[in-house]
Amino acid sequence: MSIVDKGKEAAQGIAQSVMKKAVELAPGALLPGGRPDPLIRRQHGHIGKPVSRVDGPLKVRGAAPFAAEIALDGMVYAALAYSTIAKGRIVTLDTGAAEAAPGVVLVMTHRNAPRLNPPPRFLSGDKAAAGDDSPVMQDDRVRWNGEPIALVLAETQEQADHARSLIRVTYAEEPAATSLPTADGCEVGTFMGEPLRAVVGDADAAFAAAPHKVEAVYTTPGHNHNALEPHGATLVWRGDELFIHDATQAVAHTAWSMAQIFDLEEAQVHVSSPFVGGGFGAKGLWQHQILAAAAARLAGRPVRIALSREGVYRIVGGRSPTEQRVALGADADGRLTAIIHRGVTPKTRHSPMPEPFILPTQSAYAAKTFALEVQTCYLDMVANTFMRAPGEAVGTVALECAMDELAEQLGMDPVELRILNEPEKDPLSGRPFSSRNIVAAYRAGAQRFGWERRNPVPRSRREGDWLVGMGCATATYPYHRMPGGAARITLDAAGHARIDVAAHEMGMGTATTHTQVAADRLGLPLEAVTVRYGDSSLPGVILAGGSQQTASVGLSVMMAHQELVGELLKLAGNDSPLAGLGADEVECADAGLRKLDEPGRFESYASILARSGRSELVVEGSAPMPLETMHWSMHSHGAMFCEVRVNAITGETRVSRFLGSFDCGRILNPKTAASQFRGGIIMGLGLALMEETQFDGRNGRIMNRNLSDYHLPVHLDVPEIEVIWTDIPDPHAPMGARGIGEIGITGTGAAVANAIHNATGRRVREFPITLDKLL
Amino acid sequence: MGITVNGTDVDLPDDPRVSLLDLLREKLHLSGTKKGCDQGACGACTVLVDGQRILSCLALAVQYEGRSVTTIEGVGADGALHPLQQAFIEHDGFQCGYCTPGQICSAIGMIEELRRGVPSHITGDLHATSIPYSRDELRERMSGNLCRCGAHNGIIDAIAETYRANPQPEAAE
Ligand code: FES
Ligand code: FES
Repeated sequence: MSIVDKGKEAAQGIAQSVMKKAVELAPGALLPGGRPDPLIRRQHGHIGKPVSRVDGPLKVRGAAPFAAEIALDGMVYAALAYSTIAKGRIVTLDTGAAEAAPGVVLVMTHRNAPRLNPPPRFLSGDKAAAGDDSPVMQDDRVRWNGEPIALVLAETQEQADHARSLIRVTYAEEPAATSLPTADGCEVGTFMGEPLRAVVGDADAAFAAAPHKVEAVYTTPGHNHNALEPHGATLVWRGDELFIHDATQAVAHTAWSMAQIFDLEEAQVHVSSPFVGGGFGAKGLWQHQILAAAAARLAGRPVRIALSREGVYRIVGGRSPTEQRVALGADADGRLTAIIHRGVTPKTRHSPMPEPFILPTQSAYAAKTFALEVQTCYLDMVANTFMRAPGEAVGTVALECAMDELAEQLGMDPVELRILNEPEKDPLSGRPFSSRNIVAAYRAGAQRFGWERRNPVPRSRREGDWLVGMGCATATYPYHRMPGGAARITLDAAGHARIDVAAHEMGMGTATTHTQVAADRLGLPLEAVTVRYGDSSLPGVILAGGSQQTASVGLSVMMAHQELVGELLKLAGNDSPLAGLGADEVECADAGLRKLDEPGRFESYASILARSGRSELVVEGSAPMPLETMHWSMHSHGAMFCEVRVNAITGETRVSRFLGSFDCGRILNPKTAASQFRGGIIMGLGLALMEETQFDGRNGRIMNRNLSDYHLPVHLDVPEIEVIWTDIPDPHAPMGARGIGEIGITGTGAAVANAIHNATGRRVREFPITLDKLL
Repeated sequence: MGITVNGTDVDLPDDPRVSLLDLLREKLHLSGTKKGCDQGACGACTVLVDGQRILSCLALAVQYEGRSVTTIEGVGADGALHPLQQAFIEHDGFQCGYCTPGQICSAIGMIEELRRGVPSHITGDLHATSIPYSRDELRERMSGNLCRCGAHNGIIDAIAETYRANPQPEAAE
């Protein structure tokens, strides 16, 4: 993670002996002196082909099963009642009418809920999954406005919803911190155990002395993920074992965490989640799964809990608002002398992290001095959490708008200003970049977009009532690979391989991409590979988050593959054309092994297995610790170009063209990758122009808790978005590929804002840029 | 009399509160029709009633007595996909797949509206008898179907390709 990636100190903090051991364990591929993943060199395989999704036919028929669609015998339906105060105590809680209502099986409150351990907060342990570690219905305390105070189980959803409406509650309210001025303390935020603070030189002095400078405050509101599938689970106890059909980005984490909460062994909890209807960081462990499991145990019935859209807003966290001050100082040539990026963001005491908006600034530009800091202030509100590109999504809004403002002041082209300030090595850690081709991405993007047609003078192009302008910004997101990756390969006598890995599919095309990669790795046709995923019984602790799943799965399969080759050579024995060869003398091709420089020495998998009397061969591999990020600064980048049309009379902004030019290492599947890039960009258009979680600072309640009042980009808001990429493999990443799932949302907000400035001459620094701000 | 769902007669629910969406998903186990908001704001629950697209979360099942409902399960079958379904796969018109059945049912209903000459918010001439299949018309008319994954370009490509090749009304499904 990027905090691991934080500085020389961290790298040196690892004792030499540990490093040595790690070097032995880690594949040479990713460490100094190592050989890159051999698949990077392979040019004519399945990797890089626009393969259509293997689960496409299921999805277009609506036949892919989601969590709240599994039907279990004897199942009852849950409905939640939510608190309407931000802080205090429940004084009376009358559930009599609800209990007497038709079809009701159970009303659970803090009075009869089973004793539960607090949920392990995400990042507090390897497999901790919870977005909030508040006690779950264990006492009469209310900790946020919207906290569940009662759960009803009934034979039908209609009965449960009605009974829930009959619950009567009174509170003893206490003063709550629901806005920054009333915050319950502020301090420097931490992210993964490291302070969100970096100081190099005296940035304030350098800024004061700089001949060119800009300084401004940018604000971004809260955001909600709004995955189209609301959170839900269908679960059942069978004896002391709990089976959860969940919508989650973390099957293994959820199984372990539920076991902690219910005092079970990890193996007693089974989590299955083959299809997730969008996640974006929100599909983790929240109170609904815990409450449903507790109620299922009390009632002795399987339970379906399908959160209403409002329910998602009440108990699942979103992105916190930020207030960021960016000050940039530059010399006469435009070289940055000071980068100051400080600001404040609210957080709860029970959530894993503050919105880390300085992350993109840590490695974006060369400068002599830096002063970066996130102040976090504690509020009584629903937990804040990870949302697509936490830190970078909103951090690039401030940094990249400020760069545009500086370019304007210097009279420089904003693309050239950025290229001029390209760092040669990581500006804070001093580590070399594993692969950084942002200049190439800018050049290609600018040419394709027709950037040279941009008039640098704002408000100089008008077509009828429409003011037209162009803007650009840099997108950036780090390469992550989290510990715990593992995978199993089962090769059968017919030459078919099955990959088992506890990964997730929430739209990324997981099964498709890893079928391609594994087919290339094993020298098999696509039809001979199946990828099984989405179940906690499968190997690996693999989060679908941090854009790291592909790297984690890819390396795990690579390690399992090394095992497989070793085992096959052993089985082949002395009667094989392969006799006497070592693992590094052979390659996988044509459904068998062959000598690298002597293709005639070949034996098929089927033949090896048949001769050794085996019906199948099963191997497992584990990914080593992610030490590559201690040697290299590893980041993906993009050059984002936007054209807007702003109505001079109404202030309405329409995005007419958008292009993202990416440098994310090797692109494994151009079809699914383009969709992920576009999806991120479209969420970025929402961030720029319309998305805002409206939080009532008087009572800590989210006001627009539905899809009518929280505006998402709709078809007419989305232009045809062009995406291109350098396709330059990163030699230090598995398959040469860095993650692609989050980067699209970064840089996009600033590109839109900068285009609006170019169109209208107006700098709007308060996001989203709604039409009232342009009048 | 009950409701016809994908050609099969089914009973009306006893409980008048049951929405058409919940009848499909919970009683008939036709969970291809999705629930994204249950409030008429996302389009995930779109089905066709006598060929017209409606939001089944805003419809009480008992109101549809005698009507014929087509859900995504009735649009295409395993191995016999509707051309639009095939085009969605080709153009990657989805990621997670949760909005997809609603997008597809909505597009089938929308195309008939376009063919009938029903104007939209962006149609210039409200009296025109035929409306061009422009991308903007398609985008406007599909705007009630949200997609959070951002598959919009692929969705519109799939619809445009399917119906550009076959602009005539289809035989009854
Ligand atoms: S579920 Fe019906 S419109 Fe959202
Ligand atoms: S494909 Fe996920 S919401 Fe549209």
